[in-house]
Amino acid sequence: MKFAIIQFGGSNCDYDVHYVLNNVVGVQADLIWYKEKLTNYDGVIIPGGFSYGDYLRAGAIAARTPIMQEVKQMAAQGKLVLGICNGFQVLTESKLLEGALMLNRYPKFVCTQTQLRIENNNTPFTSKFKEGELIKIPIAHIQGNYYADESTLTRLEYNLQAALRYVDQKGKTTDTANPNGSKENIAGILNQNKNVLGLMPHPERASEQILGSSDGIKIFKSMVEHVQAQAE
Amino acid sequence: MQLLILDYEVVELCKNIILITLDYKVVEVIQNMLIPESDFKLISKKMGREPNTVEQGCFLNLWSEHCSYRSSGLLLKTLPTTGEDVIIGPGDDAAIVKLTDTLYLAIGMESHNHPSYVDPYNGAATGIGGIVRDIVSMGARPIALMDALYFGSPDIKKNQYLLEHVVRGIAGYGNCIGVPVVGGEVVFHNDYSGNPLVNVVCVGLLPKKHLVTARAQCAGNSIVLIGASTGRDGLGGASFASRDLSSESESERSSVQIGDPYTEKLLIEATLEAVHNGVVESCRDLGAAGLAGATSEMAAKGNLGMTINLDQMLLREESMTPFEIMISESQERMVLEVKPENVGKVLLIADKYDLNASVIAKLTTTPNYTVHYNGEIIADMPIHLLSGGAPCTEQASAAPQPETSDIPPPEIETGNLKEVIQSVLSSPNIASKQWIYSQYDHEVQIQTIIKPGADTGLIRITPEVAIALSSGCNPLHTFHDPYTGTYGAVVENAMNLATIGAEPLCIVDCLNFGNPETKENYHQFKQAIIGLGDASKKIHTPVVGGNVSFYNDSKEHNTTILPTPSLGMIGKLTNMEIEHLPHSTIQHKGETIILIGETKPELGGSEYYHILNTNAGSVPTVPENIEHILKSVRELVQTGNVSTAHDISNGGLAVALSELITPTHGAEITLTTGKLTDAELLFSETYGRMIITTPEQTLDQLQNIPHTIIGTTTSKQELHITTNTEEITLQYKEIHQAAETLTKIMKE
Repeated sequence: MKFAIIQFGGSNCDYDVHYVLNNVVGVQADLIWYKEKLTNYDGVIIPGGFSYGDYLRAGAIAARTPIMQEVKQMAAQGKLVLGICNGFQVLTESKLLEGALMLNRYPKFVCTQTQLRIENNNTPFTSKFKEGELIKIPIAHIQGNYYADESTLTRLEYNLQAALRYVDQKGKTTDTANPNGSKENIAGILNQNKNVLGLMPHPERASEQILGSSDGIKIFKSMVEHVQAQAE
Repeated sequence: MQLLILDYEVVELCKNIILITLDYKVVEVIQNMLIPESDFKLISKKMGREPNTVEQGCFLNLWSEHCSYRSSGLLLKTLPTTGEDVIIGPGDDAAIVKLTDTLYLAIGMESHNHPSYVDPYNGAATGIGGIVRDIVSMGARPIALMDALYFGSPDIKKNQYLLEHVVRGIAGYGNCIGVPVVGGEVVFHNDYSGNPLVNVVCVGLLPKKHLVTARAQCAGNSIVLIGASTGRDGLGGASFASRDLSSESESERSSVQIGDPYTEKLLIEATLEAVHNGVVESCRDLGAAGLAGATSEMAAKGNLGMTINLDQMLLREESMTPFEIMISESQERMVLEVKPENVGKVLLIADKYDLNASVIAKLTTTPNYTVHYNGEIIADMPIHLLSGGAPCTEQASAAPQPETSDIPPPEIETGNLKEVIQSVLSSPNIASKQWIYSQYDHEVQIQTIIKPGADTGLIRITPEVAIALSSGCNPLHTFHDPYTGTYGAVVENAMNLATIGAEPLCIVDCLNFGNPETKENYHQFKQAIIGLGDASKKIHTPVVGGNVSFYNDSKEHNTTILPTPSLGMIGKLTNMEIEHLPHSTIQHKGETIILIGETKPELGGSEYYHILNTNAGSVPTVPENIEHILKSVRELVQTGNVSTAHDISNGGLAVALSELITPTHGAEITLTTGKLTDAELLFSETYGRMIITTPEQTLDQLQNIPHTIIGTTTSKQELHITTNTEEITLQYKEIHQAAETLTKIMKE
């Protein structure tokens, strides 16, 4: 089993994800420069950062690179695709996920710990969690304000595609617990097949207790478990 | 902007008029770039002819105060810069300090003051870019930033604007390139209104074997310029930094560089890839004085000469003159010395990262810096005259007339103590800086163990080794007494590191002062350097690098900044057990609260007197046995018996105690005042003090240093203080509300 981590110019969480997968989770993950090919990977992770400096719109230029065609093919084959932060922005810009990520409600970059609720644990990314489990994973972004129109939101809700929501200490989706103004406090969404996940919080930053939380590692472990189960 | 050039030979005839332009502002910039007559004479004498205009432009920038430390160099030589862990001290792009047998740290500190006033976003952003490239050019990956900011009062709209956009610039650039900002400080005082200070510390990490320096290695090697193209931004930035700011300065936007963090990120990766592939012989970033500065200093350090061909330069603007090409401070550029057989490999790496790269020069054995353009030699200067030839002088100095007052303000009236504490807590200098640091990505690179907001930042390097980082100084103290204040700044940073048991490795400095030709300013500078040197000797921590920023005066406001010797200190923590590191707030009830150190009646320069707007009082001092206090505290913390440790600095004991309180835990404090008044006891800022909480009753490590048990921790969310005259209770909510001042001001 091996995962690919795509490096665009301006990706800056590539090495972090690489470290966590190889050294903490213990699964092979390779860094793949966007000019190279994605061959024989069981899943792909688009890490956070500022691909192309966020010029034009965050993720917009990266979404139009040839490697994203390969990612789309992998997604169509049912392979796992995870987009973290800028990776999430790339996935919405690529139309692999619905909706858009807009400038934060308070229009500044925000780096802070957030509390999240697992909305659907019946996915390849969240099977290691309990449904409704409250977890801590930090965010760091300026364009993380998730937007989709009402009918899309209703459909996402109906299909259980909202994977994570920002919540308060009691697990409620309050306005004060919403760090960026996202619609319905959405922190991460899935595609309809549940094999593509985009989320603004950084699970790789919450994969070791020494950094304040190890809740995020369960996302990567769920992915590994899923790929293992597929292989059997 | 439309520009026409004349042939440079014609230019020679019209001395000092090198550009005819349709934009009068450019004429103004160029007119400001006249070389001082004494320098002109000296250069002419040494060269045996008058330097032509291009050469003058090179000398003007390379011999500027900013590049050549002309007023500071002699005094800086008095600082202790060596130590067993110091691999490279001051003089290269960054200092190199040994961390483990196989790992080195690269450390630098820079100011970007004047550009940040004229164009706060780009000024601050490119300040980050510059110091980061300094680190990268040593072969190190940048792993941490700290920013020390000094601004006029945030009550004034313009200061809010400057702060907002400086922070946005630091965030915009630092976040994009993926280097966490893990600490810093912010001081507000109205003497910074016309000249705010933006100081940045950057730390990098490199395997020992990847060290490269700015010292050119071998004649015959090629010089490859890699990175962004060259434009007109930042023309003459070095000489701009070496003048006072005037109200016309805002028209000097062409002296401010424009940042492109995306290209910087690519440049970092490309440079490190080239270094890791072993194809870089030496390396220097293009900063102050642009191409002329970087390449000539590189060759001079290696005792070599250089032949440079400007036709090979990739320009982003048309019709740039050779002079402009030489001194442009366009950002995100680096020069690499490469063996001829490796040039192809470097060009391939540049291509991978979509960066421009071209061979622009060759190293020679002739000690001359020769510039070719359009098939002709347009400049030919003795390299050691251009780089390192500027005469250094010590300026005249005189102690300023004391501006301090002998009349102390009235004592706090009984019944008012709580209100006074709240007013100190809500001073922007004391209040939480969360509004600032939450805009910085402090988590990227997944090594930040202690996040911003505590006394010190902590970054994991290996499972066994971490580095602690602290920065700042107290300009209110240095204003009263530059020697004692600077001495105190060293001690204060060391105390911050001691709260987690970290041993200082080295100091970097950013010495911000007014015009050095003013005797009083130079006196402050001189006293600060002596204080810095004495303190660093006292705590056995070398000053390995830094920067001097003079001319921080404002004609518009008729002010000179407070003397601001901002410091960065890096410490080392080994074999740490993270669960035993003290917290910065109270964690458990029923613990003993101990005040380490002795409080003296030293309210001069305190935050309390600042808000009372008085210059009275004597300045806080450092206890004679400070190295002993530091050692004892570190040993104590390392036992794992300390649950909470918090250094006492600005705002004094009252602020330090308030900051310990959480929504779940509080403190019951009884203070016996002795000879001290309540104000002295609670607000004096005497150095070398700390509060700790511990489950133990006695602690052996404290036997030989002054300490007092002042109370116990509780499970109530409040701070209860009893003095000889008063008894007050501050709720967590009240403390928290006061600490929100800055956030409130900035969000309005």
